[in-house]
Amino acid sequence: MKIVVCVKQVPDSDAALAVNADRTWIVDSGINFELNPYDRYALEEALRIKEAGEGEVVAVSLGPARAAQVLKTCLATGADRAIHLKDEAFQGGDPWANAQALAAAIRTVEPDLVLCGFQANDDTLAQTPVLLAEMLGMPHATGAMKIEKTDTGVRVARELEADRREVVDLPLPAVITVQTGINEPRYASIKGIMAAKRKEMKTPGPADLGIDPSQVGAAGSRLRFFDLAVPPKKEGGEVLTGSTEEIAVALVKRIRENTGVL
Amino acid sequence: MDFRLNDEQEMLRQMVADFADQVLAPEVMKRDREGSFPHAEIAHAGELGLLGMIVPEEWGGSGLDTVSYAVALMEIARVCPSSAVTLSVSNSVCAYPIWRFGNKEQKERYLRPLASGKIIGGFCLTEPQAGSDATNQKTRAVRQGDHYVLNGTKVWVTNAHVGKVFIVIAVTDPQAARGGISAFIVTPDMPGFSFSIKEEKMGLRASCTSSVVLDDCQVPVANLLGKEGDGMRIPLNALDGGRIGIAAQSVGIATGAYEEAVKYARERTAFGKPIAQHQAIAFQIADCATEIDAARLLTLRAASRRDEDHDGVGPEAAMAKLYASEMCNRVAYKAVQIHGGYGYSRDYPVERFYRDARVTSLYEGTSEVQRIVISRAVLAG
Ligand SMILES: Cc1cc2nc3c(=O)[nH]c(=O)nc-3n(C[C@H](O)[C@H](O)[C@H](O)COP(=O)(O)OP(=O)(O)OC[C@H]3O[C@@H](n4cnc5c(N)ncnc54)[C@H](O)[C@@H]3O)c2cc1C
Ligand SMILES: Cc1cc2nc3c(=O)[nH]c(=O)nc-3n(C[C@H](O)[C@H](O)[C@H](O)COP(=O)(O)OP(=O)(O)OC[C@H]3O[C@@H](n4cnc5c(N)ncnc54)[C@H](O)[C@@H]3O)c2cc1C
Repeated sequence: MKIVVCVKQVPDSDAALAVNADRTWIVDSGINFELNPYDRYALEEALRIKEAGEGEVVAVSLGPARAAQVLKTCLATGADRAIHLKDEAFQGGDPWANAQALAAAIRTVEPDLVLCGFQANDDTLAQTPVLLAEMLGMPHATGAMKIEKTDTGVRVARELEADRREVVDLPLPAVITVQTGINEPRYASIKGIMAAKRKEMKTPGPADLGIDPSQVGAAGSRLRFFDLAVPPKKEGGEVLTGSTEEIAVALVKRIRENTGVL
Repeated sequence: MDFRLNDEQEMLRQMVADFADQVLAPEVMKRDREGSFPHAEIAHAGELGLLGMIVPEEWGGSGLDTVSYAVALMEIARVCPSSAVTLSVSNSVCAYPIWRFGNKEQKERYLRPLASGKIIGGFCLTEPQAGSDATNQKTRAVRQGDHYVLNGTKVWVTNAHVGKVFIVIAVTDPQAARGGISAFIVTPDMPGFSFSIKEEKMGLRASCTSSVVLDDCQVPVANLLGKEGDGMRIPLNALDGGRIGIAAQSVGIATGAYEEAVKYARERTAFGKPIAQHQAIAFQIADCATEIDAARLLTLRAASRRDEDHDGVGPEAAMAKLYASEMCNRVAYKAVQIHGGYGYSRDYPVERFYRDARVTSLYEGTSEVQRIVISRAVLAG
């Protein structure tokens, strides 16, 4: 099976974020980036499917030069080759524009399966994979907690609310977004890290993929951030004072009035 | 001169840091409290290639340079100093000398399982009367047919009980002063080999240390490492690499303690502001940051020199080990100081770092021994 995994470089979960001067995005200099945590599970799932049979895992990422780091991590962890959409024309896009570019790159691979993370940890839109599936003309399933091969394609258990699962069958090729907890992602081994530099990493531009640059990146976007702000700090809670008994009485009163629990 | 890690070294650092934070960290306090060895975690480290770091791939190792090796140990020690010494000893004073001085059969039999992470190993040099005075060896090895018969006691053996291969230093010819010393590859299943009870240590409580008793221990002649009477060449060369490992461990311990101190200093308020904003605390943090960086650079320089010349790194390794180990004790002391009374509580990681730090200026050559090595090199010129 030939599997594409879409991976995104996102700010480290504990990076200190600040809004930029035009309030359109965060200041992305001076912070650390990481592989979107959801995508680690997608990569692991792809590697397991490959190892159970045979085939190839191709990691694809759209992002600036620094995003090469997450592709190298994928190669070190076991992906066979990588495609990095780092051309300036691809940058600054919304999910629609990004899906356009990713779809064009993925078509060149002709995969049997496309795995994505459930959502990206930075904007949490969860839109790109579904748009991508439409553009590729493939069926899709989101929030996969289990993926099994069947005679006709794959069977996916989707996570619903309250621990419920929905099980769907899809023909291949298909796009599936992977939920965290589906597996336990491995670490890159040292041998994998040493081998990564010998693996292929392509960097096609719009012309190589036959795309009109006005359809991708900032130019091709329909969605714009125009006012990003840090949420106001919550007002400090109320501190009750007095004797233990007074405090207890005041506390019960407030719980009764404000929550209806008692 | 380039002070940055290359792409592979940085990726390795990141991987080992994630492994340390996600796999070693969760039970590190529990292991310290219970004195329990991290069997599953060390096996996992072996699968990732952390037990054969400097052994070439043809022998099942990871084929890393010494700089990468030091960087990896720093990240491990930042979280779990006990795991760091376990890995350092197995890599640098067990696997490495077998690779450097062993023959093909010995490498196939002992190095491959060590380097591929299936087993760990140790190194038996120290004896009750032979610590700093390491050449004052009493353990005897007498050849009888196709075996050597070893008698003696080795003390302070890291990876005792959990290790499956040990390099044992013993005297083959008592008449021949320094030249009469030889090295052997010994396994605990050989007749006459036994471990004593575990040492109750101040720190590194999740590493396993005990004496080894050799009572007519039967070691096949095929297990002589190098030549008979090779002397202190093998242990001293191994210790140069070992000292880089302990220097890296010291940098890691200091970094771990320092990070806790910085976090605490930002959160704890006294006299109406975070203590980090009192200059007396801020300056201690500045000193720690500077000293850690200095030790890191000394350690990486020694490592990089060893990559150029596997035999000529003695003084640089001694300097790195001396400075890093003493630095890590100073930093751990300050980290406790910055925590106030809480730094004295077992609930805070700095209390453990403080105990773990103490041994770094003692083992693999005390600070005094490092100063002997350094001053001899300086004054010889
Ligand atoms: C980041 C994130 C966090 C979340 N956190 C929580 C949480 O903490 N707890 C929780 O319970 N849930 C959570 N949810 C789930 C969220 O509540 C659901 O996504 C939401 O209820 C919408 O359901 P859906 O995604 O299945 O959309 P759908 O039900 O598929 O709806 C999509 C759109 O289709 C149209 N549509 C659907 N049905 C009809 C219809 N019958 N008639 C006309 N139009 C229709 C509507 O325009 C609708 O907006 C979260 C979701 C996200 C993305
Ligand atoms: C946790 C732990 C793990 C260890 N693991 C191993 C291991 O795996 N394998 C192994 O072989 N050994 C191991 N050791 C032993 C360690 O290397 C020795 O303890 C160390 O070399 C010091 O020897 P000693 O304890 O006999 O001290 P001594 O040599 O008795 O030293 C006592 C003091 O005298 C000083 N001193 C000695 N000679 C001089 C001199 N000429 N000039 C100035 N000062 C001097 C020393 O610096 C020290 O301060 C370990 C020790 C510990 C604590």
